[in-house]
Amino acid sequence: MSYAIEAEGLVKRFGSTVALNGVDLAVPTGKVLGVLGPNGAGKTTAVRVLATLLRADEGWARVGGYDVATQQNSVRSLIGLTGQYASIDEDLSGTENLVLLGKLLGLSKANAKARAAELLAKFELTDAAGRAIKTYSGGMRRRADLAASLVGRPDVLYLDEPTTGLDPHSRNEVWSTVRGLVDDGVTVLLTTQYLEEADQLADLITVIDHGKVIASGSPHELKRRTGGQSLQVRPTVAADTAAVATILRDLTGTEPQVDADAGLLSTAVDNPLLLSALVRKLDEAGITADELGLRLPSLDEVFLSLTGRTTPIPEGSPA
Amino acid sequence: MTAAVLPRPTATVGLSETLRHSFALAGRAVTKVRKNPESLLDVTLQPIIFLVLFVYLFGGAVGGSTDAYLQVLLPGLMVQNIVFASLGTGMALNTDITKGMFDRFRSMPIARSAPLIGAVLGDIVRFVVTLTVLFVFATIMGFRVQTDPGRFLIAVVLLIAFGLCLCWVSVWVGMLVKSPQAVPGTLVAFMFPLTFGSNAFVPADTLPGWLKAWVDINPVTHLTDAGRGLLLGGEWVGSAAIAFAWAIGIAAVFLPLALRGYRKRLG
Repeated sequence: MSYAIEAEGLVKRFGSTVALNGVDLAVPTGKVLGVLGPNGAGKTTAVRVLATLLRADEGWARVGGYDVATQQNSVRSLIGLTGQYASIDEDLSGTENLVLLGKLLGLSKANAKARAAELLAKFELTDAAGRAIKTYSGGMRRRADLAASLVGRPDVLYLDEPTTGLDPHSRNEVWSTVRGLVDDGVTVLLTTQYLEEADQLADLITVIDHGKVIASGSPHELKRRTGGQSLQVRPTVAADTAAVATILRDLTGTEPQVDADAGLLSTAVDNPLLLSALVRKLDEAGITADELGLRLPSLDEVFLSLTGRTTPIPEGSPA
Repeated sequence: MTAAVLPRPTATVGLSETLRHSFALAGRAVTKVRKNPESLLDVTLQPIIFLVLFVYLFGGAVGGSTDAYLQVLLPGLMVQNIVFASLGTGMALNTDITKGMFDRFRSMPIARSAPLIGAVLGDIVRFVVTLTVLFVFATIMGFRVQTDPGRFLIAVVLLIAFGLCLCWVSVWVGMLVKSPQAVPGTLVAFMFPLTFGSNAFVPADTLPGWLKAWVDINPVTHLTDAGRGLLLGGEWVGSAAIAFAWAIGIAAVFLPLALRGYRKRLG
């Protein structure tokens, strides 16, 4: 397998603070890596090192086979960056921003204009093309940022918290754009605090905390590895709850968790065959269920078990 | 789809590319000014206020008559406004850094120095605007060039060259301070003695010895003398040479400092 991004042992210190404490990363070409972690975990620092904006104190990283420390210009010609910081000029219009970036990338004026129009159309910003960026809404602004990072047709795209602060509609738009880019063969490194975002977009997930990688794998692997499965039952009649609890206790030997408000019982299981046993027992007892099944833990539960704390999800953000 | 073809990656950025990038970024500065004419208020309103204030308030007392004072004042005011206009570079660059524009540029395969050079070149617009406003307004008030258009042009070029060198002080401060607003606050402490501690507004003969000693070495004094020679007639080459040497010296000190600050600020 070829890797678009590879890094090993990245260390970055700011004074006495250790932002990265030996981070290894690998993103296969054409895949999406979700870098997950709480605020201050080192996600942004990692992106800045991989985007040649910061020099690591130790370790190495290669993007498209080029070393980020010694072949910066080659790396820069391959990457696009959209994030909390890599910004566009608020005083200029959408078109003016993109044309400027096109010219800096060596396009002729005519080609830079054509590329700008093409990208603005792709991001549904054609109507706002002539307006200053400062008049854009949050979602439009983020799309314009994304368009700016695509002027040079990057092979590798860094998205640093691309949907933080966006409403669900704008967030879905960003997601579908990212999926479209991946279909075109772009390799994406995405940092996020939102587990759902990583679950939706990422082929691979690396969880960073305190500057260290604490877990990595596919979303499915992570869920399986850390949480195990759980068996969930929601009886049709709430009065059956006690009877169902007894059946579950007999099957697993442990006391099930009962969510009385939702009328939901759940219990951790290690043997998937228990599901058919449960169905038989419920049938024998004459109990019907609205909901019945095995499920993997959510990424939130994975994150909790890995870091010992829940992710800090701000008010009003996608959950 | 467009037929746009991007050039292939190269290991380093050559000189001609650096210049091309710098001009593209200077073009950005010009577009910003065009879109936001109010960003020029400091270099348009301020010269007019100074002109009116000094000529009508102090003219009679300092220069004998407002008309006579206007003639000797204008070259000095031109120098002062160039000095103040150079504040803008540091503010603009600091804004770009705090708002993330620089991270965008630095993640692209362009010359590292291009955003700095581009911003400094873009400032020529501010210099030309401030000189034009000052000159047109002074002409309305009665100022007349007593030499020829050639010497007038030399004066303008000399003033802009001085401004371009002085810009690097502002760039350096822009790299050091946290917010754009801190740039003028920091630089005013340096610009007031530079502009008012000169012969731009008053004849130096009446000043106490220690102040006169400073006025005599101050580059603003020499540039003002050169400006008076070029616009009103008289010797100018010697003063221009001293002012020019100062400008080169300032750039020689502050350009490397600014570049070092830039590298430090942006890792």
